[in-house]
Amino acid sequence: MNPVDYFSIPSVSSRSFKVWQRNKDVFIKNIKLNFLPPFIEPILYLLALGFGLGKFVESIDGVPYARFIAPALIAVSVMYASFFECSYSSYVRMYYQKTFDAMIATPLTIEDVIAGELLWGATRSMINATVMIPVIALFGLIDLKYAVLIIPFAFMGGLLFAAIGMCFTAITPNIMSINYPVLLFITPMFLFSGTFFPLSALPVPIQYFATAFLPLTHIVNVIRTLSYGMLSSSLIFDVAWILFVGIALLVLSINLMKRRLII
Amino acid sequence: MFGFLGPNGAGKTTTMRMIQCISPVTGGSLEVLDMDVSTCQREIKSHMGVVPQENNLDEDFTVYENLLVYSRYFDIPKDEAEKRVEELLDFVQLLEKKDVMTESLSGGMKRRLVLARALINRPDVLILDEPTVGLDPQARHLIWEKLRNLKKQGVTIVLTSHYLDEVEKLCDRLVVMDNGKILVEGSPMGVIEEFIGSDIIEAENNPELLECLQQKEAKYEIIGDTVHIYADNAREISEFLLMECSLSKISARPATLEDVFLKLTGRRLRE
Ligand SMILES: Nc1ncnc2c1ncn2[C@@H]1O[C@H](COP(=O)(O)OP(=O)(O)OP(=O)(O)O)[C@@H](O)[C@H]1O
Ligand SMILES: [Mg+2]
Repeated sequence: MNPVDYFSIPSVSSRSFKVWQRNKDVFIKNIKLNFLPPFIEPILYLLALGFGLGKFVESIDGVPYARFIAPALIAVSVMYASFFECSYSSYVRMYYQKTFDAMIATPLTIEDVIAGELLWGATRSMINATVMIPVIALFGLIDLKYAVLIIPFAFMGGLLFAAIGMCFTAITPNIMSINYPVLLFITPMFLFSGTFFPLSALPVPIQYFATAFLPLTHIVNVIRTLSYGMLSSSLIFDVAWILFVGIALLVLSINLMKRRLII
Repeated sequence: MFGFLGPNGAGKTTTMRMIQCISPVTGGSLEVLDMDVSTCQREIKSHMGVVPQENNLDEDFTVYENLLVYSRYFDIPKDEAEKRVEELLDFVQLLEKKDVMTESLSGGMKRRLVLARALINRPDVLILDEPTVGLDPQARHLIWEKLRNLKKQGVTIVLTSHYLDEVEKLCDRLVVMDNGKILVEGSPMGVIEEFIGSDIIEAENNPELLECLQQKEAKYEIIGDTVHIYADNAREISEFLLMECSLSKISARPATLEDVFLKLTGRRLRE
């Protein structure tokens, strides 16, 4: 494939919704198990880090520590939900269950199938955010003024991480190798994106690096600002970054998967 | 009903995948239902049912849900789909397994469910890549019967199989292929007549016999310690051989597709 072809616009149809629907149906079958993590995890983190560790931490920019990390927990969950859905889970469906093979024998095309997977990944991010917001609100750690905006934003951020996960699915030689991007990309991002301490604590070059290349920094920024009940013009930059990179990676991921699956 | 035969790795599955608009056609042209596979993918696939060589049932769902979810990919309305699912499960005798998860089905049951799934859109063209592999004789006969039924209803069936008796019985026309090339094409009987004759006489291999056969200019082939003599009139020839060539043990039988297959593609195992 010509390098330019990796960014040619794929022809996706509304049929990708059927793929989304298929994944939703499986999700509903195990709904209790699926709802547990976004419900339990924030409680554990808030108790251990927010209220435990938080006792020893001065307030950050005038905000108590628990209130500082609460929105980061949502952002991290947005990242994990769609990344893992479109990496390990999609890989299992593609390679082990051959679900994609069965689908492309119907009027669905490969583009539809991958688009449906990406949309579903983003939906999982949105579901997690939707469950976590009330849990965090119960602890009184979120201002509800703009909190509802976090939900559609979680979908948008979810699409970005879904695309990242799908790119790795398209190029990984086997399922074990997905551990590399997790170890070298996702985990560092979890720690160094202004999640548990502000970016400003890092050396300046690393701050620039994080802003330029770590998607999670932008997700954390937006969700944190909204959860403080504020809007700020800096959000435009974050959203623009997410949109630009997100769209590029969505297109790339579909083309990479096409290359992988058409033989 | 059309059959594709050929040894392992001949390119049968690849051909099937091209007909399904999945693998790209790198040379020549391919039309299905008068439509070009490279431009009318959706249209062609909506009229096609596929039983792939490897089962790919959705293991996250039950038998019933598998068919229902699949029907959605074809835009079949829900109540119509529910009706068809019941009918098809009955057709492949899986109604009592309706609420079982597919992973706990036996191999033969899975195969039957894949066939039912391929019929959910009432296809005009049915692609079957080794549909009866791993089935017990009962299940194979059941599937043959279903296929004959479908054929009567006017469905075009394209089949690959390594059970040559099956192909001989079912197919109207067939090709034998190897290394991606077609070796012969014709009806099962036509192909047998053309390459073997109507009968085969098997005799023990010994030098005298070979000499005698050479003298009579008979068509024959040596396979290990037996000799296959191709004949159009088995009785006459065997009587003749018995008299002229001092044979000890011979047996005559009608020639089969398997004889043609082995003759055309050689007897060596494929790697
Ligand atoms: N026309 C062709 N030219 C070159 N290579 C081909 C051609 N057709 C198929 N192949 C290659 O041959 C290999 C085996 O093909 P395929 O899976 O179609 O075999 P098959 O006939 O279905 O075998 P089996 O009986 O084992 O299922 C594949 O790697 C495929 O890429
Ligand atoms: Mg094959």
